[in-house]
Amino acid sequence: MKIVIVGDGKVGFALTQQLSKEGHDVVVIDSNKNVLQESLVTLDVMVVHGNGASLRVQKEAGVESCDLVIAATSADEINLLCCIIARKLGHAHTIARVRNPEYAEQLFFLKEELGLSMMINPERTAANEIFRLLQFPSFLKRDSFAKGKVEIVEIVLKENGVLDGKQLLDLYKIAKVRVLVCAVERGSQVYIPDGNFRLQKDDKIYVTAPTRDLAALIKHMGLYTHRIKDVLIVGGSNIAYYLAADLIASGVAVKIIENKHSRCMELAELLPKASVIEADGCSKSVLLSEGIESTDAVVTLTNIDEENLLVSMYANFLQVPKVVTKINRTEYNEVFRGKGIDCVISPKLLTSNDIVRYVRAMQNTSGGSVITLHRLVDGRVEALEFLATEDTRYLGQTLLQIQLKPNILISCINRGGKIIIPNGETTIELRDTVIVVTTADRPINTLNDIFEEPPVPSMTYDSTNCI
Amino acid sequence: MNFKMVVYLIGHILRLEALFMVPAMAISFFGKEPVSARAFFITIMVLLSVSLFATFRKPKSRGFYTREGFLVTALAWMVMSLFGALPFFISGEIPNYLFAVFETVSGLTTTGASILKDVEVMSKGMLYWRSFTHWLGGMGILVFLLAILPMTQGSGSTLHIMRAESPGPEVGKLVPRLHQMAKILYLIYCALTVMQMVLLLLGDMPLFDTVCITFGTAGTGGFGVLNSSCADYSPYCQIVITVFMMLFGVNFSIFYLLLMREFSQALLNQELRVYLGIMLSAVILVTVNILPVYRSNLPEALRYASFQVASIMTTTGFATADFNLWPQLSRSIMVVLMVLGASAGSTGGGIKSARVLILFQSAKQSLRKMLNPREVNVVKVDGKALDDEVIEGVHVYMTIYCAVAAVSFLIVSLDNFSLETNLTAVLSCLNNIGPGLGEVGPTGNFSGFSAGSTVVLILNMLIGRLEIFPMLFLFAPSNWKRTRVLRPNV
Repeated sequence: MKIVIVGDGKVGFALTQQLSKEGHDVVVIDSNKNVLQESLVTLDVMVVHGNGASLRVQKEAGVESCDLVIAATSADEINLLCCIIARKLGHAHTIARVRNPEYAEQLFFLKEELGLSMMINPERTAANEIFRLLQFPSFLKRDSFAKGKVEIVEIVLKENGVLDGKQLLDLYKIAKVRVLVCAVERGSQVYIPDGNFRLQKDDKIYVTAPTRDLAALIKHMGLYTHRIKDVLIVGGSNIAYYLAADLIASGVAVKIIENKHSRCMELAELLPKASVIEADGCSKSVLLSEGIESTDAVVTLTNIDEENLLVSMYANFLQVPKVVTKINRTEYNEVFRGKGIDCVISPKLLTSNDIVRYVRAMQNTSGGSVITLHRLVDGRVEALEFLATEDTRYLGQTLLQIQLKPNILISCINRGGKIIIPNGETTIELRDTVIVVTTADRPINTLNDIFEEPPVPSMTYDSTNCI
Repeated sequence: MNFKMVVYLIGHILRLEALFMVPAMAISFFGKEPVSARAFFITIMVLLSVSLFATFRKPKSRGFYTREGFLVTALAWMVMSLFGALPFFISGEIPNYLFAVFETVSGLTTTGASILKDVEVMSKGMLYWRSFTHWLGGMGILVFLLAILPMTQGSGSTLHIMRAESPGPEVGKLVPRLHQMAKILYLIYCALTVMQMVLLLLGDMPLFDTVCITFGTAGTGGFGVLNSSCADYSPYCQIVITVFMMLFGVNFSIFYLLLMREFSQALLNQELRVYLGIMLSAVILVTVNILPVYRSNLPEALRYASFQVASIMTTTGFATADFNLWPQLSRSIMVVLMVLGASAGSTGGGIKSARVLILFQSAKQSLRKMLNPREVNVVKVDGKALDDEVIEGVHVYMTIYCAVAAVSFLIVSLDNFSLETNLTAVLSCLNNIGPGLGEVGPTGNFSGFSAGSTVVLILNMLIGRLEIFPMLFLFAPSNWKRTRVLRPNV
């Protein structure tokens, strides 16, 4: 597919990287020559210099004949203008980043009027993600499927925990609920495990479980922690605003530390129930005096990665039960992991997941496309949810009979709201949604992509019988 | 420096070279030339075994940056030349290995300078290989590798290779995918080559000559198969060759724009206009100047003049007339054209019209600034402002170009030939043309130079073809540091 991305910032670059890797022809537009140069030499893409909202530049980038335009500049207005022009020029689908909370409220109305295919708001998405993590502080990451009925959660195994040294076959005896370990990260390796896989301490495991069983899972696995009752947010960005609003609505006390006076005034006006502190959130004395030693959770949301890391490490040192860190430069994640910075949120990656899912769904018109896509272990593992349609092969056959491609696991099936954690006897039926986990070395666009090709012939048995 | 990756890529290039040698071997075999066929066979075996050894294991670290791009390009061309010279040496047709290397480098860099006194005694297989190196070197074998090798897809870092091998001050992309772009370039290249072959065959040129001459034209090389170069072919064939020399000297992105039906954008291209403008003025001047030599026969003079101007300006180096014997003005024009060269992004050599254009534009702005010191100026080409870096790059290029030319000229002068011979021999090699004036004129050859001068001229050809920098960085010691490979589970 031919894709034009306007704006080569953090989100734009992450998108360019992912979409180009998946084999799309990407053209990037930006008004800054230096960032374009960087994209040109590190990724296999074409770049166009200029204002993405100008007709001339869009024509030069070939918007007339492209399939998708994604506007991800820092200005909402430019993004919307880009999409309007692109819409006029050709038949491309359009995706705009709109992050001003004032616009966000009229999202639906705007979308209809402008003929936008999709709107993205990275801050909103990130706030949702953090909120869900704070609901179950035992998990490092939560990704939901099947309209929220199923989740894949990330758990780190402690030394001498109940799972240390256990085989996955024995998992049911310990967890007492039907769950499935779909991926294990050990050191720098990632495994899609089978029943004989033996767990070790410090493994990070990704568990598929029905959402209603999560509480039981935590209890039986000895992961129980207190419910979070108050949260300290460092940095008063848009994410902080969205998150604080969600937390207050669910009855959690929120304290926001923000440096800038004008922003503090805004926040205080918007969030009357939150306590807004005007101070430097990186200062140790401020953190101590605002009660970092007693709070249940710390979320660092300043615009500077280094400050977020520093405060998070300090919070970890003080043994704050739950610490969530926002990091933009995700390329260094391998260094942070295992250093106490486990729970990391990156708005640009969350957004690019959403768009990649949209793009994959665009690619196949035959139905059975991706409903949900989540990326685990820094994008090295993908979890995808598909709808089984008439075109899906092997409907009604048990999983034992079906040959899957290597490193692919069917981790859950949702049959009309009933959640099935599959075993060898499970079948895939029409209108099921199927959650598939795979190491992300090749893109999977439809459910049929997971089956080994060509279909395993039963010919061999027949011919031997004849002889 | 990621040496494993460099070795791996060079291994692939050698395998390609072996593949490209197969037709030459077949021609020798079926042409009843057992000695040549054996020489090709041995070389192919050597190439295959070396490449197998080099590509046996895929390197783990795929880090590939500007430095590696330059190094791969420079080393690949040198290694290819050393192996490409083996058939000449093994068959004994060029008994001196250094001369064999000179001949191969001259072929690959599309220079067309020869040390052979008598071309016609060579076997058909060797002549074919000699001409084919032109075709291969014209568009660049690394670009070919990019077009076909799947491992280089998906990452932009391979753009460094393209930049190092393709001539011109700025290498942009026409399409998002690099391997697509390499394919487009080669498709245009092949289409033009086939067109020329058909047109020459229609003019009753023998098949073998057609193929070899077309390769020479396409790569803007200049190796012929007759001692008289192109003088013995019919006027029709000469005109066809003239037109195609001019076409192969045009920036290939112009052809792409024409294919995409962007006619106005293609024809308004400033570089194209400069290129054609210089060529047209040169043809007119030379025609008028040589009229008396050809007894005022205007069509004949025009034909000789246009052929020779196109041949020298596109740095091909074919000859239909001995321009060594022309009036001084025409000879001087030829020397100027040698230095100017063809367009950026073509198969030709020289300084390139694009650089000439940028130099003059920036000189004009600088002069204006001297008169009005507070004036702010922007250098524009094709309506777009040029980055200061590009302009600076052109200036740096010119400085080093002159330095290389001067040093080479001094070294070659040790051989005690005339000033004219020495100067034009260096310019001819550095700009990948072929013939010069004096001893190395269209009827002469390069065999008279000493071993030292031959080496200098070989380096000149490589420096000229790869546009100086890749070869230069080969000698920078800081580039020779090895890349650390991280152990897993750290």
